[in-house]
Amino acid sequence: MEAISKRFNYLFNSTKGLILVAIAMVALVTAIWGMLSGPMAEMGVREVVVKALGMDLVQAEREGRIIILYHSIAMAIVAIETYMITGLLKMKQFFKTAINSIITVGYLMTMIFGMGFAYFGHNWAFHGLYIAGLSLIFFAGVLLVIALWPWNPEYYVTDKQYARTKKGVSLERVAFFATALTTVISALFGAVPGSFFGNGFEVFLAENIIRYPEKTTMEYSVIGHLHIMLALIAIMITLIIGRWLNFRGILHKWAMPLMILGTIVLNLGVWGVVTPLEPIAHMIIYVGATPSMLAALLLLIWSWNKLIKDGTAHLRKPNFGQKLSALVRDPLKFGPTWQMLFMNFTTSGIGIFMAIRLDEIFRVWPAREERIELTGHWHVLSAIIATIILMYYGDMLGLKGKVRQLYGWGIIVLSDIAFAAVTVFEMKRLFISEAEQQPLVNALMYAIDFGLGMLLVLLAVVMVWRLIDLFKPKGRWTEEVDHELAQEVMK
Amino acid sequence: MKHFITMSLRAKRSNLPVRWDCFVAALLAMTLITSCAPVDLNAPMPTFNTGIDPSAWAQIPAGEFYQGQHDKVAYTDAYEIMVTNVTVGQYADFLTAAGVDGSIQIEDGKVVGYYPGDVFRAVKHEEKIGAGDYLYIPFDDPSLRIVATTKITWGAQQGYENHPMTMVTWFGALGYCQYYGWRLPTELEWEKAARGPATGENPERPFPWGDEITRENANYYASRDPFEDMSSFGSRTSPVGFYNGQKYGDYQTLDSASPYGLYDMAGNVWQWTGDVYEGMHYRFMRGGSKDTYEMDLRIWVRNNATPTYYSPGVGFRCVR
Repeated sequence: MEAISKRFNYLFNSTKGLILVAIAMVALVTAIWGMLSGPMAEMGVREVVVKALGMDLVQAEREGRIIILYHSIAMAIVAIETYMITGLLKMKQFFKTAINSIITVGYLMTMIFGMGFAYFGHNWAFHGLYIAGLSLIFFAGVLLVIALWPWNPEYYVTDKQYARTKKGVSLERVAFFATALTTVISALFGAVPGSFFGNGFEVFLAENIIRYPEKTTMEYSVIGHLHIMLALIAIMITLIIGRWLNFRGILHKWAMPLMILGTIVLNLGVWGVVTPLEPIAHMIIYVGATPSMLAALLLLIWSWNKLIKDGTAHLRKPNFGQKLSALVRDPLKFGPTWQMLFMNFTTSGIGIFMAIRLDEIFRVWPAREERIELTGHWHVLSAIIATIILMYYGDMLGLKGKVRQLYGWGIIVLSDIAFAAVTVFEMKRLFISEAEQQPLVNALMYAIDFGLGMLLVLLAVVMVWRLIDLFKPKGRWTEEVDHELAQEVMK
Repeated sequence: MKHFITMSLRAKRSNLPVRWDCFVAALLAMTLITSCAPVDLNAPMPTFNTGIDPSAWAQIPAGEFYQGQHDKVAYTDAYEIMVTNVTVGQYADFLTAAGVDGSIQIEDGKVVGYYPGDVFRAVKHEEKIGAGDYLYIPFDDPSLRIVATTKITWGAQQGYENHPMTMVTWFGALGYCQYYGWRLPTELEWEKAARGPATGENPERPFPWGDEITRENANYYASRDPFEDMSSFGSRTSPVGFYNGQKYGDYQTLDSASPYGLYDMAGNVWQWTGDVYEGMHYRFMRGGSKDTYEMDLRIWVRNNATPTYYSPGVGFRCVR
């Protein structure tokens, strides 16, 4: 009994244990539900999975199922980011315990009962518990905002290497606070139309209504919600990675005000879509996105510079090759910012190109082609965020030597092969006709499936290893139970 | 430079297992090679007689039906709709007749015809469709299945006679229907014809034949029908009315007619509909196609494109 109690304590009362559970849950859902679409469906795997698990897939409810699936995965990711924040930033122990407990119960309820309701018949008690789970996550978010309050003198910084006000208010903490606060508010932009449409179960996917010239306020709210939530999750992971790497110096002083400004303006733009500001909302969004992305670029420049300097400190005059070698020596520290850079080719670049040439190119194509671009680029953004989390998690595990190299480069190479292939797939109509596309589509599908499939295998290996470790009386988990992320911030 | 390459290789050797590098490189090379394989757009097409008459019409009585994903009750007056999509053979006959009497013009490798234009309201993203000649079909596209039989007559490419007409724009579809005094169906008419009346059996069905879809019901992406080869040209159209319960060689189909006896109301080709909506130049298509997954074959799913769009996966049928 004591053995079980100790392991339960590790899994649900330590930051690393909580992150492990959430990653395992996301991996499980991704592995199973990934078999219901795309090439897996073509090969007949979906039919086997549906029968084996006793799923009940009513055709008219597909959109509703997908929305619950997205929310189930997203809530676990939000929980992981929250654990990282409570583990990295100073806050009162009461808040830390309360936030972690509430969000854990919340995302597990959301995931278990939401998926149970959506895919295994309509048990209405499950639906209620799914909504209760989402409400708990919202409440945990409110607590997090309170806990992050940056104008508490306890959290003032004195070190001049970090961005701060004259009084000592940490601008990095303000950035975390602003992101958390706007996330909580933006959640309402999904909750309100969710109740409105869900009341009559008249759900829709935003990508299916993009070309309609007249949209209702509630429809705009859904579109705004999904865009801003993903953007805020991306901004938050950027801040988390910055904290883990101990981002500081002059670039930190420039980056944090930009991040705060960008987050607030971006949110105002997105919220504006449900107000009379709608016609200029996109312009406000561009204005907000620019400083946020610039702040991420400053983090990248700082971290790459640091990796190079640390890796060549023993050399008097390192040449380019030696600098490059130092930069890529540790994939887990190089990878997160590399993925942020790569994101510009697969997500931001595509988005900007689409926005600029929308009427000339993309809206000449059928709506279904435009849908591929839209869903493709935000799936890639979500997956990039996931890979960044996995790389940070690899460091938390204390992976060393060849295992660290294999894990880190495995994530980078496999995911980037898949993401690059998805990007080419999205844009294929620019250079190949429908009639002649099949060999290219096949090749891209192989690349996507290979990349994502092997990535999941890699993740499965890690999960199995951690599961086996839990059975050991003095496994790695016994060391992790008391470790806090703040202790492991880079020097 | 040499020093840099040596250093880079050393760095790689120290960080990445060499076999892993080779594997990834081989994969990328394979991807590149396979993606560059040429596609034979005129690969032999199996020919089957489906026994379905493409000149037949179905009677749709006035009355209510369940419209859309959320089953709203809607009403239409009575009309007749083609049992199948317009075939390549039928469209070739139209080109011949309309070319002779001057209803269409053939110029610069394309067929064009007159359209009186839409009311332009300058709504965001709306493009003006003024009065003028518009593209019906392009003759210079190798995916077109119509060939010249003489200087003034046209015919279907061998094997495609009873396949749905594709590579036709919305103007080309409308032009065909109007030439014979017919019109394109509205979205409501199309949907009712696919779903059946509100008083019928299973009136909320997602597919024209019922609740579930199998590969033997319709021609969709990777449905393993006799016309597709996913390793080269991919999915191709099937003859109109192919999914009627007949066995073609070893391939057994299921009878997948709609409650009113229409074929191919799910899959094979997207079908242009006739509605022109305020503030929008897009035209809507229904039914899904050989190139889409099953989800797009559900009765309520909509697709849209500019009216000059044409594709090997888009066709039409008429109402009167």
